Amino acid sequence: MTDHTTAQKPALSSNSAKEKISIRGLNFYYGQTRALKEVNLGLNEGEVTAFIGPSGCGKSTLLRILNRMYDLYPGQRAEGEVLLDGENILSKSLDLNLLRSRVGMVFQKPTPFPMSIYDNIAFGIRLYEKLPKSEMDGRVESALKRSAIWNEVKDKLQASGLSLSGGQQQRLCIARTVAIKPEVILFDEPCSALDPISTAKIEELIDELASDYTIAIVTHNMQQAARVSRYTAFMYLGEMVEFNLTDSIFTAPRDKRTQDYVTGRFG
Amino acid sequence: MTATAISATPDAHSSTMDRARALGRLKFADASFFWMTIGSALIVLILLAGVAVSLFMGAWPAFREFGLGFLVSDAWSPPREKFGAATAIYGTLVTSVIAMLIAVPVGLGVAVFLTELCWIPLRRPIGVAIELLAGIPSIIYGIWGVYYFRPVMQEYIQPFLISTLGNVPLVGFLFQGPPFGYGVLTAGLVLAVMVLPFITAISRDVFDTVPPVLKEAAYGVGCTTFEVVGNVILPYTRVGVIGGVMLALGRALGETMAVTFVIGNATKIQSSILAQGTTISAMIANQFADADPGLFTSSLLALGFILFVLTFLVLAAARWMLARMELKA
Amino acid sequence: MANPLYAGRRRRNAIWTTLAYAATAFGLAWLVLILAALIWKGLEGMSLDLFTKSTAPPGVVGGLLNSIVGSLIQTGIGLAIGAPLGILAGTYLAEYGRNSRLATVVRFINDILLSAPSIVVGLFIYELLVVPVGHFSALAGGVALAVIGAPIMVRTTEDMLNLVPNQLREAASALGMPQSLVIRHVAYKAVRAGLVTGVLLAIARMTGETAPLIFTALGNSLFTVNPTGPMSSLPLIIYEFARSPYAEQQKLAWAGALLLTFAVLVLSISARALSAQTQQR
Repeated sequence: MTDHTTAQKPALSSNSAKEKISIRGLNFYYGQTRALKEVNLGLNEGEVTAFIGPSGCGKSTLLRILNRMYDLYPGQRAEGEVLLDGENILSKSLDLNLLRSRVGMVFQKPTPFPMSIYDNIAFGIRLYEKLPKSEMDGRVESALKRSAIWNEVKDKLQASGLSLSGGQQQRLCIARTVAIKPEVILFDEPCSALDPISTAKIEELIDELASDYTIAIVTHNMQQAARVSRYTAFMYLGEMVEFNLTDSIFTAPRDKRTQDYVTGRFG
Repeated sequence: MTATAISATPDAHSSTMDRARALGRLKFADASFFWMTIGSALIVLILLAGVAVSLFMGAWPAFREFGLGFLVSDAWSPPREKFGAATAIYGTLVTSVIAMLIAVPVGLGVAVFLTELCWIPLRRPIGVAIELLAGIPSIIYGIWGVYYFRPVMQEYIQPFLISTLGNVPLVGFLFQGPPFGYGVLTAGLVLAVMVLPFITAISRDVFDTVPPVLKEAAYGVGCTTFEVVGNVILPYTRVGVIGGVMLALGRALGETMAVTFVIGNATKIQSSILAQGTTISAMIANQFADADPGLFTSSLLALGFILFVLTFLVLAAARWMLARMELKA
Repeated sequence: MANPLYAGRRRRNAIWTTLAYAATAFGLAWLVLILAALIWKGLEGMSLDLFTKSTAPPGVVGGLLNSIVGSLIQTGIGLAIGAPLGILAGTYLAEYGRNSRLATVVRFINDILLSAPSIVVGLFIYELLVVPVGHFSALAGGVALAVIGAPIMVRTTEDMLNLVPNQLREAASALGMPQSLVIRHVAYKAVRAGLVTGVLLAIARMTGETAPLIFTALGNSLFTVNPTGPMSSLPLIIYEFARSPYAEQQKLAWAGALLLTFAVLVLSISARALSAQTQQR
């Protein structure tokens, strides 16, 4: 087992980063269909890891295991081990809500709640902390600043979250996630519904967040993976084909399938 | 940037503990809400079961006394304590059949008009008007029936039917007797007017489930409107239309107020549909308040139970068909 | 053009099309006649006394005050019981039960209740709340109305919650929000107008029901707000006075009918406007 993991893990002589999430022997099933096959992988603390691969390869499925989102739906189950700071999050007795407060997620389509911009942020905080108004204001402000949207919304905090543009909504959703101080943030194709300018802003933001959070991002856009991530995992048909430093994946892929994909021969 | 205010790492462990506690406080509320919803869902089940059980228990003395003969006996004599359901069941079925015979073709015609023929800017307003009419309380149809429709029946329609159809062999017996205005036919017609908007509204909804490409394809090969309706829309929506009609039938069978004013409330079966009669619901509405406890009351509850079973079967079939239609849509 | 087959098809089309027009004219004519009669006779009976005096014996000028108040009270009771019941059960169907066996059964039974004969509901509540207590009461009437109204709210609540995109639920869960909070603070908020629609439709239906009240609330010629005793209501007074031989009472019945229809139409039109709003979003 240990050997296998080291084989998957590229040599990182210069980097002493700690593994925040370790995935070992992970299988996933939608009913009878096996969507992930024996996936092994580690996500380093404070770094961005990108997941790429053609549609249906299981990259989003993998991401949705990390915060147990699949639990919302009957008939979906995971087998194997996913360790968050050494604790197996696939365990039945795990408090899902607590897990999700530690592992935040940003979705493909912006999903502001049908409430004011302020409450969109404050709502999540109130779940875990009882803060006086002034302190809450500070937390909302810092989350919005952290997500580079403060300047655009500071004068209309009571406006509905739905009144913002798509790119702003997505940054609001990031702010909402950041506000409850997760340790890991999962991005599920966060830019696929956005225009290029908004996309650039989100990418810049991910780059900044990387210093404080462990980040995993699923993207179908290879340039995006190359721009934002330090590590990249290429997945194909439910298998983890290759996992390496992003530079290596794009310049010197070891697997033929990875090479075909990154050079645009399929996908 | 205020990164430090947000960064999680330094005190991750203690904050995890705090969060666990905060979530723990929510656990009870979370579980209670779940149990409240499931409890409410169970109450819905209990309500229907309660209707069935309470009526059956109330009806039991009558069923025990008269046995299955209750269903076929046309006796209804409070002084002699002889009761049977046949008269009321007969009236219920005949009024509903009359109502459906008229309301179904007319209702479908209006629905076809609304989906295929109507000038487009008028479709929505007329459609909305019909849906609103479907929601008008049935007592309004009742009061209109007795003040406006009954005199018209008595003065014109019934004398006309008696003098024409009344002399036709084979069916003449249906249209004989003096014109009272009150009667089974009058009640059936008022019911027809009442369920008409209902049938129209449902059929229009069902017709709207036909994919436009199907209709366009048919029009594209040169079909006339009538051919599109007959060869595409009706075959495609058959199950849904039948389901809608059954739903309307369920309403007609159980309707009280539109019927009780105009049916005459006579507790015997007569061959003429111009004659006065009664239905299950009209009988209950008229007699329940004055009924002596004992067999009389129990017999009325037995009528209620029969009506419940009858409408349950019709409505269950209707829902089953509409559900099949939805699967297709 | 001289093709006889084509001519025949056109003729048949013309005949059937004419029939559809005729059906529409025929159907709408009846409905127009009813509304015209209602407005005509109803306006005749309108007066200030209607709203300031209670029903009176023949020969004395009376109004409908006791019936209007009675309708409000009993519909209020029906709503107070039926709305939480209906909305919570609808929530179970859409959010927790979904395709479970229990949800499937409840959905089916609710659809039956939705169109069950209202007189049967009246008999049920009579057996349940009138016989054991020994007398008729507005409370029993209100409970009967709740049984009529709740299924409407179950249905609309479920339909409306089904419009909430799953992504919104996922996004809320992803913050670690317990499911009940996701439902109450996110899903309900997203379809608030739709939920109100269901409530309005239920009020409209409850306001117009007569049959379930005959053996539960019974009616009362005096003004009362005591829910444990018999109470009048608009449908009951129409039912009684429409069959009265006195012209004064008949007049009141028509005035009541117009009021009742007006109330029901206002409720259903507002419901419609609101639901159009929800579905646009």
